[in-house]
Amino acid sequence: MRNIILAVALVVVITAGATFWLARQPCSWSGVDETVVEKYAEAAGRPARKPYINTDQGDLLLFCFLIAGAAGGFVSGYCFRELFPPKKGDNP
Amino acid sequence: MNIKKSIFIFLLMPLALPSTAQAMHISEGILPTQWALLWYAVAIPFVAWGLRDLRIKSAREPFFKPMVGLIGAAVFVISCMPIPVPMAGSCSHPCGTGMASILIGPAMTVLVSSIALLLQALFLSHGGLTTLGGNIVSMGIVGSLAGWSIFRLTRRLGLPAWGSAFLAGMLSDWATYAATSLELASALHGTGSMPKLLTAIGISFLPTQLPLGIFEGIVTAGVYCFIAARRPSLLECLGVERKRCACELCECEPKTGGVQ
Repeated sequence: MRNIILAVALVVVITAGATFWLARQPCSWSGVDETVVEKYAEAAGRPARKPYINTDQGDLLLFCFLIAGAAGGFVSGYCFRELFPPKKGDNP
Repeated sequence: MNIKKSIFIFLLMPLALPSTAQAMHISEGILPTQWALLWYAVAIPFVAWGLRDLRIKSAREPFFKPMVGLIGAAVFVISCMPIPVPMAGSCSHPCGTGMASILIGPAMTVLVSSIALLLQALFLSHGGLTTLGGNIVSMGIVGSLAGWSIFRLTRRLGLPAWGSAFLAGMLSDWATYAATSLELASALHGTGSMPKLLTAIGISFLPTQLPLGIFEGIVTAGVYCFIAARRPSLLECLGVERKRCACELCECEPKTGGVQ
C-alpha cells in the first residue's frame, strides 16, 4: 500500500509539474493531423470533411472519450487480472 | 503488490484518461475515392488473416483471448492518446502496434488495430470511414510487420530482449508514419513530383515523431521486461521466447519457431 501511495504521489507531482510547464509554452499544441496531414491535404485541394458521425460538438467528444477510456481501462484491467493473478503474498 | 507492478499500473493510468482527438490518422475525405478503395483492398486480406489467426490460436491456447483483449484495449487507447512534444510544439500519439506484434503476432495486431481504428472513426471523430483502409495499412499492417520483423531479426542477431523490444517499438512507430507519408504523397501529389512531396511530408513529421518513436520504444521495452519478470511462461507460450512450455496457462506444444 505504501508503494502505491508513493507511486501516486510521484505521478501527481510529475504530471502537475509537466502540465504547468507545458501550459506556459507559447505553442498551440495542435496535433500533427492539423500541422501536417490537413496542411498538405488543403494545399492539394483535398481538405478534410466533417466525420459522418460528428461527435466533435461541445462536450460530446469529451463524453465519448471518457466512455472509451473507461471501457478500455475496464477491459485491460479485467484481462490483466486474468493473465497476471496476484501472487500468494500479495494483499487483495 | 510489489513496486514493479505498481509502476507498471501507474504507467498505464494515463491510458484511461479522456483527451481530445489530435493525431496522425488520415482524416475523413482526404483520400480520393480510388486511393481509398485501393487501401481497403490491401487491408481486407490482412484482416481476414487476423480473424483466422484468432480462431486457430484461441482454440489451441485458452489464455490467448484475454491476451488479445488486453493488447487490443491498449492499442485502442494508446492510438488515440495525444502526447505533447515540447521540442516540436505539437501533439501526436504512439501506435502500440510494435508492442502488440511482439506479443500476439502481426496478424492479430492487424485485427485489433482495425477494430480500434473503426471505433475511433465511428465515435471519436478520429480518422475516418473513407480513410479507414489507409489507416489500417499504415498503422496496422506496416506498423505490426515492421515491429515483429525487427524484433525477430534483432533477437536472432543476439540482441538482448529489452534492446530488441526497444528497437521494435521505435522503428514500428517511424514505419507507421513513413507509410502515412507515402499514402498522402501518392494520393495528393497531383501533377507535381511524388518523391518531393513524400520527402516534405516525412520531414514535417520528423520533429514530433523522432522523440515520440523513442518514447514508444522505451514503453515497449518496459512492457516486455515487466512480462518477462512477472510471468515469463506467457512469452514462452506465445512463442516469443523459445523454451519448453510447461506453464499452467496453456496446453500448447513446445515451441520451435520462437527466438532465443
